[in-house]
Amino acid sequence: MKTIKFMNQRYLTLSLSAVLVFGSILSLGTRQLNWGLDFTGGTLVEVHFQEVADLGAIRKSLDAGGYIGASVVSFGTDRDVLIRLPADFVDSDAGQILSLLKEQSNSNVDLRRIEFVGPQVGDELREQGGLAMLLALALVMLYVAFRFQYKFAVGALAALVHDVFIVLGFFSILDMEFDLTVLAALLAVIGYSLNDTIVVSDRIRENFRKLRRINPEEVINISLTETLGRTLVTSLTTMLVLISLALLGGEMINGFSIALLVGVITGTYSSIYVAANTLLALGVTEEDLMIPVKEGADQDELLP
Amino acid sequence: MVNKYPLWKYILLMLALLAGVLYSMPNLYAPDPALQITGESSSLVLDQRALNRGLLALDAADISYFGQEINSDGRNGLVRLNNRERQLEAQSIFSRAIGDGYIVALNLAPTTPEWLSAWGAKPMKLGLDLSGGVHFKLEVDTEAAIKQRMEFYEISVKRKLREERIRGRISTERNTIQANFRSEEHRESARAIISENHPELFLDRVNQDDMWIIRATLVDQTIKEIIDYAVSQNLTTLRNRVNELGVSEPLVQRQGRNRIVVELPGIQDTAEAKRILGKVANLEFRLVANLDTPDSEKQKFSYRSPDLKGSSEWLEKAVIITGERVSNAQASFDQNGQPNVLISLDGEGGTQMSRATRYNIKRRMGVLFIERKFRTRYEVDDQGQEVQVKVPYDEKKLLTAPVIQSALGASFQITGLDNPMESSELALMLRAGALAAPISFVEERTVGPSLGAENIRLGVLSIQVGLACVVLFMIFYYRVFGIAAVIALSSNLTLLVALMSLIGATLTLPGIAGIVLTVGMAVDANVLIFSRIREELRNRTTPQMAIHQGFERAVSTILDANLTTLIVAIILYAVGSGPVKGFAVTLSIGILTSMFTAIMGTRSLINLFYGGRNIKLLSIGKEFLPGLEK
Repeated sequence: MKTIKFMNQRYLTLSLSAVLVFGSILSLGTRQLNWGLDFTGGTLVEVHFQEVADLGAIRKSLDAGGYIGASVVSFGTDRDVLIRLPADFVDSDAGQILSLLKEQSNSNVDLRRIEFVGPQVGDELREQGGLAMLLALALVMLYVAFRFQYKFAVGALAALVHDVFIVLGFFSILDMEFDLTVLAALLAVIGYSLNDTIVVSDRIRENFRKLRRINPEEVINISLTETLGRTLVTSLTTMLVLISLALLGGEMINGFSIALLVGVITGTYSSIYVAANTLLALGVTEEDLMIPVKEGADQDELLP
Repeated sequence: MVNKYPLWKYILLMLALLAGVLYSMPNLYAPDPALQITGESSSLVLDQRALNRGLLALDAADISYFGQEINSDGRNGLVRLNNRERQLEAQSIFSRAIGDGYIVALNLAPTTPEWLSAWGAKPMKLGLDLSGGVHFKLEVDTEAAIKQRMEFYEISVKRKLREERIRGRISTERNTIQANFRSEEHRESARAIISENHPELFLDRVNQDDMWIIRATLVDQTIKEIIDYAVSQNLTTLRNRVNELGVSEPLVQRQGRNRIVVELPGIQDTAEAKRILGKVANLEFRLVANLDTPDSEKQKFSYRSPDLKGSSEWLEKAVIITGERVSNAQASFDQNGQPNVLISLDGEGGTQMSRATRYNIKRRMGVLFIERKFRTRYEVDDQGQEVQVKVPYDEKKLLTAPVIQSALGASFQITGLDNPMESSELALMLRAGALAAPISFVEERTVGPSLGAENIRLGVLSIQVGLACVVLFMIFYYRVFGIAAVIALSSNLTLLVALMSLIGATLTLPGIAGIVLTVGMAVDANVLIFSRIREELRNRTTPQMAIHQGFERAVSTILDANLTTLIVAIILYAVGSGPVKGFAVTLSIGILTSMFTAIMGTRSLINLFYGGRNIKLLSIGKEFLPGLEK
């Protein structure tokens, strides 16, 4: 089998990753994230009109009703309307908004959902979310360091941080709403990307032990080539279901599916280039992966 | 070459799959739209006659129904409807016909066949984002509860010192009561009194500008107890109030230190729900009227307890204190081991109670429990449409009427109760009237029924399409091995749904997303194994050996990869709330079931197809990647 020289492009992909990550950080620093209601607090009302909704008229009647600063946008179709009130309307009466809308439109208005999140809850969620992310990264790194070796843990961590930043950056640059389900997706991305990285690392470890006297770059190339088929097939099947979820799952989990889709793409890329690149940069050698004496069945025969 | 599974493994797999099918099946039976009828109080038994009143009205309105039933204990009734669109209409018609005293709630009745429920199989619960309903998060104002307790301590300390004729200046600052005295002797006796009466306070002595000072501080343990008490009492109160709303399966649950989550499936009128949850319900303490009390100053009340049904007492119209003054009530035992109820009042309540009881020793005091109820009236509005109007009224029932043995203060006890059950029920009722601490709404999510139904439809559709894509791809790419993987994948889905139904997990929209993701990721284990087998084949290993090696070698990789994902899912569960938890649950269960089906399930099928025979060729497809051909 022909080995693909993945590591020949390591500097090219390194710069690509660097550009993507720094671009994401830059965007997060300047444009920040479009935090969803879960994190900012506030009120959201989604309604469904029988006829095409006139957003301008809705805005006018809300202003007249005292809800100044309400954002009114269509949601999915031109009959579904999403109204958001800033967090200052603490215990705002969504029922009142609904009756305002009914007055204005003279047609049947169907209430789809109301969400009200107090500002303190939003702050807490943001804090918890960040904490969860750090905890996940730390635990996972520990596990990899324990099962493999610390250089692999650093590689896995680099890949995960890379993926998380790029997904966050993607949401920041496109100004997509970052809500609780997207946070869940981000944690799932960590899980997925890690899955990929571990499969690759596992093979690298195996090949280091099997193929002696070959330089590390070559070992990594061979390992990546051997796992490429599996990496692509799994990414493909996962992406198939995610595309189906993004196209058919409805507006409420659209952000979730998009975050995971982006995450699966960067996760696949990062397990090949970021994790392996980091391993090479850290100077992984076969000594790092010598089988500990107590492992392996044939060792038993040495016992008297 | 072997590649044969022993028979017991096949039996084990078949049993697991059978159980999976059995316990996931209830989800295939669509629930019926139904009305659930409950008597408002425990003494009201629902009989066939009452039910028939409602059914006749449904007939008259041409709403078709089937399968009416009454529970064996007569507490609940259920009427199944044919048409979901007319469920709301049916509710108002039925509730009008059956009259006051019954709560008619919308319900989705499971249609699990008898032979399935006999095995304990039941469908998954749907989260509010799928069934429609209201989710509230309430915050208990713990500061207020602590402040209330400090007021109680301050008044109690002041009174005790006054009784002992110790002069001092007493003030409260947050969690600390400070008492200033002019002499050390006064301070020492005050210290003894305080520590005897309130041993839970931490006492600290300081001297400042020729003043002898005691600082009595609440310790963290006591603060925690106050908060726990306030939250758990509010939970009880909220449960009682939720019952008034007529919801078929409400959830009232503590979350974290001082939050309470209330979920009301099927409720649309959030304003009404908020009003009832946030209202102040009540108790009244009044003296039992003397024989010479004029009629204009007394009222007759009947007992609440069904055992004392029919008997009643005349109480004075003047109210001594109301339920807001009750800060605690606990069932306990007196020194003789007899059951009693210990009642604590706040400072003002204590003062009023002692004023009222001081000159009324040996008279009896009645405790009234007040419930807000509704009479339903039907009016015609300006558009000529008939609308339902709920007219509130207060129902006052007597809980107990004990004899006043001595002048009462901020804390006293009710004795003479027959058994511990009676005392704990009385304590519950005494506490149930009021909220121990104010609550505020910090989160509200309402999902309309149309959105809920659409979420289910879209969720199921994306699972079907996603699954179909994966199935087609796997069979195309891995041929016979792909078929084995697809069978394993379907069993995985079955087991996942079965486990979720069995443990009573709630299915949410993110939960459905979790299932979809599981479908995509579960084949990974098979992909890993099959890639290995192909590699072995390329290295000119015999087919049987390749199968054996492929499975053996892939297992440790699969374990590592899945365990780490499981770690992430568990963190997600621990940190996430509501719907996100649902995602974490499906993801974790999906990981576990997929390891079982992808490793053992697929192996058993492959062994069945190829094992124990002389095989020349495996139908496992070939690589389509350029440069990877042999």
